[in-house]
Amino acid sequence: MSPFWIDLIIILIKVIVVMGALLGGVMMMAIVERRGAGFLQERLGPNRVGPWGFFQPIADGIKLFFKEEFIPAQAHKLLYLAAPAFFVFIAFATFAVIPFGDKLELFGRTIQLQIADVNIGILYIFAFASLGVYGIVIAGWASNNKFSLMGGLRSAAQMISYEVALGLSIIGILMVVHSLRLNDIIVAQTHYWGYLPRWNIFVQPLGFLIFLIATFAEVNRIPFDLCEAEQELVVGYQVEYGSMKFVMYYMGEYVNLVTFSALIVVLFFGGWHIPWIEGLAIHPLLLALLQVGAFVVKVFAFLWFFVWVRWTFPRFRYDQLMRFGWLVLLPLAIFNIFATGVVMVLIP
Amino acid sequence: MRVVTPKLSIIDRIYIPALVKGLYTTIKHFFMRRFTQEYPEEKRKPFPGYRGLHRLNKDHLGRVKCVACYMCATACPSQCIEIEAAEAPWKDREKYPVKFEINTLRCIFCGMCEEACPELSIQLTYIYEMADVTREAFVRRKDDLLATNEFWVLKEY
Ligand code: SF4
Ligand code: SF4
Repeated sequence: MSPFWIDLIIILIKVIVVMGALLGGVMMMAIVERRGAGFLQERLGPNRVGPWGFFQPIADGIKLFFKEEFIPAQAHKLLYLAAPAFFVFIAFATFAVIPFGDKLELFGRTIQLQIADVNIGILYIFAFASLGVYGIVIAGWASNNKFSLMGGLRSAAQMISYEVALGLSIIGILMVVHSLRLNDIIVAQTHYWGYLPRWNIFVQPLGFLIFLIATFAEVNRIPFDLCEAEQELVVGYQVEYGSMKFVMYYMGEYVNLVTFSALIVVLFFGGWHIPWIEGLAIHPLLLALLQVGAFVVKVFAFLWFFVWVRWTFPRFRYDQLMRFGWLVLLPLAIFNIFATGVVMVLIP
Repeated sequence: MRVVTPKLSIIDRIYIPALVKGLYTTIKHFFMRRFTQEYPEEKRKPFPGYRGLHRLNKDHLGRVKCVACYMCATACPSQCIEIEAAEAPWKDREKYPVKFEINTLRCIFCGMCEEACPELSIQLTYIYEMADVTREAFVRRKDDLLATNEFWVLKEY
């Protein structure tokens, strides 16, 4: 076989593995969220289907799959149907540049554990993540329902406001690392300060905080899930969606969650880097697998954090959300850039 | 009324300590005892005075205690007791019910019937598992109500 075909097959395998892992992650999250909610509220949560209630998402999926396919009479049919597909496509596509492991040497061939090693990885992620809001806005407009429209509008305003802070908060990292490639950012974090791994959380604590908060707004989670807001807007843009279209939104949201958890891990927690492992003599293949494992563990820790926060904090009011985004997060992010610049000049 | 907003210190205004405290509170509950009872396997014990399915009591001769006085039917706020009286075959009373029906779908288990009854004939038991599949099954007739007692002994709450 020619190298082109081998490369193609390798990429296809990576795509399939990542897609499978993401869907598995969505299923895991569906059950972890519900059981976690139960545990945090001193309940048990759904524990009937399968061991530990693990097959509950499958049962839910089967149920939703057999629900009636319903389109509101006044809806714009094409956009109404396209919106969820668009949303879920964007959610999956965003993950493509996330590196989930170091290079793997297999049969004399170096395999990058990442679907696409783009040299502007971060820009790619932000570009796609901000496209995701179209799935919501179009849904809100096309379903011809005032609650949907309100949800869509809120979502648009919220995403734009927080995207600014989100983007500015990582500029500090980019200044330190001098690269937009996610792999370079991880490699830059594999050094040490004494015994402390030089992870960006220690380099950019303020940037991390801003990024974390803006992430909650970006993935529409409590305390920033204004576009869903069950109590005010029923569920906002999802009101008119049922059966598999609802599942698509559900799935898209969780994939977004996984993507952003992975992004936090890559940017601030050293990605696949396992601290203090360099000294040990471990077979490179085993090491690569361990690193993938470390990445997954870190991502799951953050996914759990999202669940934990969701069942802890109340929702913001809309004007508070806007004020917080523009008057607190944005100036802080800009201050962070200045501070980073000053420190870089003082300590070359 | 004048509302006095408390002055927030700088630590309160940063919010982060409060957020961490909130997270600590919820994770504390994560490790606490869970209150869920897993129902079909784990039956709830009814509290004393719980009002469940009705029964009709019998006297020492095994006759129905009820004298068909209609007190319970009159007291019933949801009008779900239907009694048909007939002359009693026994010397010590005038009437007895030939038909005694309670529609448990309409019943609100308030216990008024029990309180109204002069003969201590109708009483509410602890039975709370009354699910069934037909409407007819929920209309408990005289024989069912008389048999409630035996049925109830079988139940272990
Ligand atoms: S419990 Fe209340 S509602 Fe039910 S039969 Fe007795 S009086 Fe009527
Ligand atoms: S009040 Fe008691 S005695 Fe009178 S009809 Fe009802 S059950 Fe019978």
